[in-house]
Amino acid sequence: MSEPLLEVRELTVHHGQLRALDRVSLQVFPGEVYAIIGANGAGKSTLLRTIAGLHQPTEGAILLDGKNMTTMRPERRATRGIGMVPEGRRLFGSLTVEENLQVGATYARKGPWTIERVYETFGWMKERRTQRTAQLSGGEQQSVAIGRALVANPRVLLLDELSLGLAPVVVQRIYAMLPQILGTGLTVLLVEQDVSQALRVASRLQCLLEGHTTLEGRPSEVTAEQVEAAYFGLTRAGGEGSEPLWSGSATSSRAS
Amino acid sequence: MTIATDTLARSEENYRVTRSRRNVAWTGAGALIVVVVLALFPYRFYSGTTSLMVQGFIVLTLASMWNLMAGYAGLVSVGQQAFVGLGAYFVLILAQHGTSPFGGLPVAAIGCGVAAVPMWWLISRLRSGYFAIATWVLATTVMLFIEKFPSIGGGTGMSLPGLSGYDPTLLVAYTYWIGLAVTVIALATVYLLLRGRLGLVLTAIRDDEVAARSSGARVGLARMLVFVVAAIGCGAAGALLALSQLIVQPGAVFSVSWTAKMAFAVIIGGLGTIEGPILGTIVYMILQQTLASYNAWYLIVLGLVAMFVALFARRGLWGLVDEHLHVRLFPVGYWLWEPGSGRRGLRGSLGLSRRGAGRDGGSPS
Amino acid sequence: MVWVSDIIQGILTGGLYALFACGLSLMFGVMKVVNLAHGDLAVVGGYVALGVITVTHIPVLWSFVIVVPIMAALGYVLQRTLIQASLNRSVLTTLLVTFGLSVVIENALLQFINADSHSLGVGNAIITGSFSLGSQIQIAYLLLLIFAVAVVVLLGLQYFLSASRYGRMIRAVADDQEAAQLSGIDYRHVFGIAAAIAFGTVALAGIAYGMYSQFSPTTGTDTILLFAFAAVVIGGLGSLWGTLLGGIVLGVAQQIGAQINQSDQFLAGYIVFLVVLALRPQGLTARRAQS
Repeated sequence: MSEPLLEVRELTVHHGQLRALDRVSLQVFPGEVYAIIGANGAGKSTLLRTIAGLHQPTEGAILLDGKNMTTMRPERRATRGIGMVPEGRRLFGSLTVEENLQVGATYARKGPWTIERVYETFGWMKERRTQRTAQLSGGEQQSVAIGRALVANPRVLLLDELSLGLAPVVVQRIYAMLPQILGTGLTVLLVEQDVSQALRVASRLQCLLEGHTTLEGRPSEVTAEQVEAAYFGLTRAGGEGSEPLWSGSATSSRAS
Repeated sequence: MTIATDTLARSEENYRVTRSRRNVAWTGAGALIVVVVLALFPYRFYSGTTSLMVQGFIVLTLASMWNLMAGYAGLVSVGQQAFVGLGAYFVLILAQHGTSPFGGLPVAAIGCGVAAVPMWWLISRLRSGYFAIATWVLATTVMLFIEKFPSIGGGTGMSLPGLSGYDPTLLVAYTYWIGLAVTVIALATVYLLLRGRLGLVLTAIRDDEVAARSSGARVGLARMLVFVVAAIGCGAAGALLALSQLIVQPGAVFSVSWTAKMAFAVIIGGLGTIEGPILGTIVYMILQQTLASYNAWYLIVLGLVAMFVALFARRGLWGLVDEHLHVRLFPVGYWLWEPGSGRRGLRGSLGLSRRGAGRDGGSPS
Repeated sequence: MVWVSDIIQGILTGGLYALFACGLSLMFGVMKVVNLAHGDLAVVGGYVALGVITVTHIPVLWSFVIVVPIMAALGYVLQRTLIQASLNRSVLTTLLVTFGLSVVIENALLQFINADSHSLGVGNAIITGSFSLGSQIQIAYLLLLIFAVAVVVLLGLQYFLSASRYGRMIRAVADDQEAAQLSGIDYRHVFGIAAAIAFGTVALAGIAYGMYSQFSPTTGTDTILLFAFAAVVIGGLGSLWGTLLGGIVLGVAQQIGAQINQSDQFLAGYIVFLVVLALRPQGLTARRAQS
């Protein structure tokens, strides 16, 4: 297999005294969709934010194409090819749709994505491009946020909780666009609370619970029970909920 | 271990929560001795020294008030000179109507507290930086307004009547004792306020204002109370100023340099601790005396040092002492003692004894 | 009809005040910094102009060509070093540091120059005059020029912010710093640009003030900072043209006050400020009251 495009090694991240991530590792290969699932507070968004550079890890390393980026500032990582659609969209509210895209394109790399192409992908956008983004609906804002990240032609696209605060219909529509986006050779690392959606689009996935990995593998290889067990931290009798659980059937007694 | 299991385990052990590490009674006794010694000064030293001490009292009172506002309530005011001036002018006006200036001091102080209420109403909605400038505008407005009245000296000022009958040395001594009393009361008031309910509310506000509000803390009221108390303190200091200078001039009593002095003293000494202003005032007095002949130099040096401290030693001089010796003379926080740890406590893990401004504890996403 | 002349003078002075205020407003809007040394920087600009004119004998009107870029560069450097360091600590630290800066600047000026007032004078004969509208209205050319400059600067600033790449970046960073970083923008650099603009405009305002009136080391805090702030609050936070309106209201209020009593000029302005603060704290141009 080829070299991983994005690699995270033994990443440990703290928020003050709270350990949010505990020795998490992953490898994302070019062209694949890697999903991170887990409950609230599991550390998923922290992982993405740390990869993007908005948070500094206590230990561990982040590598893009073999190059260590752990100490790089977020804006430099962006120009190196890490693009992120942050949790909650985080659009520039006082700017118009077009201006948001233009800002995204400020330090764009060479590639297939342009503002025009974004307009083509999201049909409604061109007409409304002079509207302030604060006035758009949640789903529309999400599209603009994705467009803003795409326009920079990133190599790795980080998607943080696309479904957050959106109606299921809207979420489905957005995820339906994913193939179009992926067709251009992007690699995607996404974080999702909506497990079924994640399972549908991912080529590989990892589940986090309270900062550590409880499950890792391909959607085709894991059962629903395994995912559920990993998601909620169900253990075998007497044990603690910190070991990967994809071997054998778990007698589900919860550790509280 | 997860958080849930960890806290469960801990709560079953015996933790003690106390107000301070060492016995506070020693501090109390020590403070009493210091006050008594200070009270004896006029008997031992010439009026030159005691006049200097009065200046120190003024700055210390101002500093503890500014510290109360900025260090505990997060209110940065660069217009406290409004109350310094008002305090001085209240004393002047009262003296003109026959009150003894000494007796006028408490009235002046209360008067400033009353004046603070409408001022607060006007500016309390502004956010921190604009709030600061607004206090400055208010101070300037008050000064311009007072300058319109020739009966109290207009733009040039007026000397304080009612004190000509006193023997000069005795006058200085009385002023000194009043100054000592004002300072002790000011420090004691701040200490008691912060030890009590207000201190808890202010800490809660500083940590998380929204949470504090929803817990029922009256945020606006707490801040207003702090503003009014500070106004009273600064008014008393202003009255003291009038007593010590024997003349009240608008340009002098309303000068923004008063704010500069109190702010710098607090920053250098240690923002957010009660001991800090004391240390800072001492530094200020030393600087002022050594550089006095160089006109504006001492303010330049003071300003530069304050900027340096604000950036690189945020907890000030007292913070350095505290860090290494873990001493609190006037404890307003809490200590957490691990079970069986005896004399060694667990430093501030409840977060309540940390007093640095703007500490970021971070929050999980 | 003397009133009309004064009102016009007040309106034109408003341009000067708006020029003072736009830098203060910009720094607050973009990086949430209230620069308490803002007024003192105008005075520094005035003194630098004085020095430049003395050394190079350049006409007063052209001194800004040298002084404004110098001050803008100073603004960038100061922002990237001192102010950014303060911002990294906390809002409180920033206020304390800029206040300290203000005190240091004023006292350094007092110490190294002197406490006297200086004026830049005007030099060119055409500007010193005034022209008449009808028989009773006198308008000073200089004041008209300053007002025109202020309007041009505000227009330029508005255009820059709305249409240029850097203007977009500045607005984006002001909206959401982190999201801007994710798009590859170094917000510290953008802050520096904003500060450069603020320092440049306030230096220009300082030169204008020096031509129109006199300045001394304490003018920065006695008048300029407070006027700038009053203009911003009266006009409404966050609006460039609101600042012009605020400046005009302030200027007119001052002129009316001066009519009542010469020494009440500044007081009248501040009273109007307090009235606006009491009755309409969001300012005259804001649409909705802020809680």
